Amino acid sequence: MAYSEKVIDHYSNPKNVGTLDKGSKNVGTGLVGAPECGDVMRLQIEVDDATGIIKDAKFKTFGCGSAIASSSLATEWLKGKSITDAANIDNMDIVEELNLPPVKIHCSVLAEDAIKAAINDYRKKNGLEELVFEEKGVH
Amino acid sequence: MLKLPVYLDNNATTPMDPRVLETMIPFFTEHFGNAASRNHPFGWEAEEAVDYAREQVAKLIGADPKEIIFTSGATEGDNLAIKGVYEMYAAKGNHIITANTEHKAVLDTCKHIEKTGGEVTYLSVKEDGLIDLAELEAAIRPTTILIALMYANNEIGVVQPVKEIAAIAKKHGVLFFSDATQAVGKIPVDVLKDGIDIMAFTAHKMYGPKGIGALYVRRKNPRVKVTAQMDGGGHERGMRSGTLNVPGIVGFGKACELCRLEMEADTARISVLRDKLETALLKLDEAYVNGNREHRLPHVSNISFKYVEGEGLLMGFNKNIALSSGSACTSASLEPSYVLKALGLGDDLAHSSLRFGLSRFTTEEQIDYTIEQITNTVLKLREMSPLWEMFKEGIDMNNIEWAHH
Repeated sequence: MAYSEKVIDHYSNPKNVGTLDKGSKNVGTGLVGAPECGDVMRLQIEVDDATGIIKDAKFKTFGCGSAIASSSLATEWLKGKSITDAANIDNMDIVEELNLPPVKIHCSVLAEDAIKAAINDYRKKNGLEELVFEEKGVH
Repeated sequence: MLKLPVYLDNNATTPMDPRVLETMIPFFTEHFGNAASRNHPFGWEAEEAVDYAREQVAKLIGADPKEIIFTSGATEGDNLAIKGVYEMYAAKGNHIITANTEHKAVLDTCKHIEKTGGEVTYLSVKEDGLIDLAELEAAIRPTTILIALMYANNEIGVVQPVKEIAAIAKKHGVLFFSDATQAVGKIPVDVLKDGIDIMAFTAHKMYGPKGIGALYVRRKNPRVKVTAQMDGGGHERGMRSGTLNVPGIVGFGKACELCRLEMEADTARISVLRDKLETALLKLDEAYVNGNREHRLPHVSNISFKYVEGEGLLMGFNKNIALSSGSACTSASLEPSYVLKALGLGDDLAHSSLRFGLSRFTTEEQIDYTIEQITNTVLKLREMSPLWEMFKEGIDMNNIEWAHH
C-alpha cells in the first residue's frame, strides 16, 4: 500500500507527541479505540480558561501509519482553535488532507472521536454539560 | 557492501538462485519442445530434461520419480491431494482431519469439501503451535479418510511431530497428507522415514521459479491414488493433465538438487544469523517469540513487540527491509493473523508481530542493519504509544473500558 507524502511526513516527524497533566482542570483527555482493533489514540487538549482557546495539544497513538498521522494532524489543527471550532472538525477533513484510502478512513473517524472525547472530558471537569454529538450514518 | 533493500520475507517467496535460472534458459527458445511430443527430437529432449528433473525432485524427498506429479504450485497440490483423496476414497468415508493453523489453500479446500457433503474436523493447536497428538488420535472415526497437517507453519515456522502423526495415521489405516511447502529444501524431509503418504511443495519457496510445484503420491505401502482435478490429455499418470511446464520443471529440479547438496551448510550459517537477530531483538522489553522455539525451521522467527502496532512498525523501515506482519492493518480483511490467534495470542500481540524469513542469500551485514533499524523503530513508536506509557505506569489495561465502535 502506498502512503501519501503527508502520512509519511507525520509518521516520520510526528507533531506534538507527549503527555499533558490529566489531573489538571484545564486539560481534557480523550482515550479512544481498543487494543483488539489495533488502534488506540490518546488526545489531550489544554484550554485557556479566560479565552476558551486550546493553547496546547498532545497525542500518543498505538496504530498504523494512517492512525498516527490522523492524530498528529488533529493536534496541529487543535492548537489555537476555540472549543467550539474544535468540535466541528470532521473526519473527512482529515481524510482529504492526508489522502487516506477507503480502507484507512476509520483511522480518521477515531481521531475525530478522540477530539470530541477530549472536549467532553474538559467540559465535564469544568462543570459544563457534555456536548452530544450526533452519530454519523456511515463510518 | 550492504545492498538495500534487505529482503527478509522468504516465507512469502524466495529469489531464484542464478544457477537455477541458468539451467532454465535454453528451454525457452532453443529446446522448447512439448515433453509429450513423442515423434521428434524436440519432444524427446524435453522429455529427457523432465525425467532428469523428476529424479532430482524425488531425490530431495526420498521418493521414487514415479511418485512425483508436477503441478502449478503448492496450492494446486493441496487441492489435488484433498479433493483427489476425497473423491477417490468416497466409498471408504468422507471425514477429514486438519488443523486451524493450516494454510488457506488447505482450509479453503476443506471448506469446499464441507459444502459438498464431507465432514472436516479442525483441530486446535497448543500455545506453542504444535498439534496435540492425543487429540488427533481421538478425532479419528471409522469414516476418516485423510489427515491433512502441514510439515512446518508458514507464519511461525513450527515443525509438527510428523513421524508421530504418521504413526497414528498408519495405526488407524488413514492416509496422511502434508503440505510441506515451507519445509522441503530447508530441513531434511524424507517421505519414507517420515511416513508421509501424500505431500505438496513448490519451487518458489526454495530458490526456484514461481508457477511450478509437485505433489508426491505414494505408490507402495500403501498405493495411493488421487482423482484428477485437471482433466485432459492424461499427463502425469492420469492424475494431472496439462502440457508440462518444461522450463519450470527443469528449474525446479535444479533448485531441488542445490538444496539437497547445500542444505546442511546453508542451515548451519542461516540459523546462526537467525539466532543473532532473535537474541538482539528479544533484548527489547516486552518482546516475545511466537511458537515453539525448539521445533522450528532454522531460518524463521516470528516476534511480537508489545504496545506497538505491526503496520506502524513496518512503516519505519519497509522501504529498506522487506518483512511481513500479523497485524490486521496489513491484511486486506482487517483481521489479524488467524495463526497467531490460534496460538491464543491476544489481539494486541497479534497486531504487534513481525515475521522474519531468512535465506541462503542473507548476510550478517543485513542482519546487523535490520537489528539496528527495528530496535530504533520499536523504541520510537513506544515513545508514541499510549499503551506503553500506561504499561510503564503500572496501569492494568485488561481492566479498562475502551470506548470504541
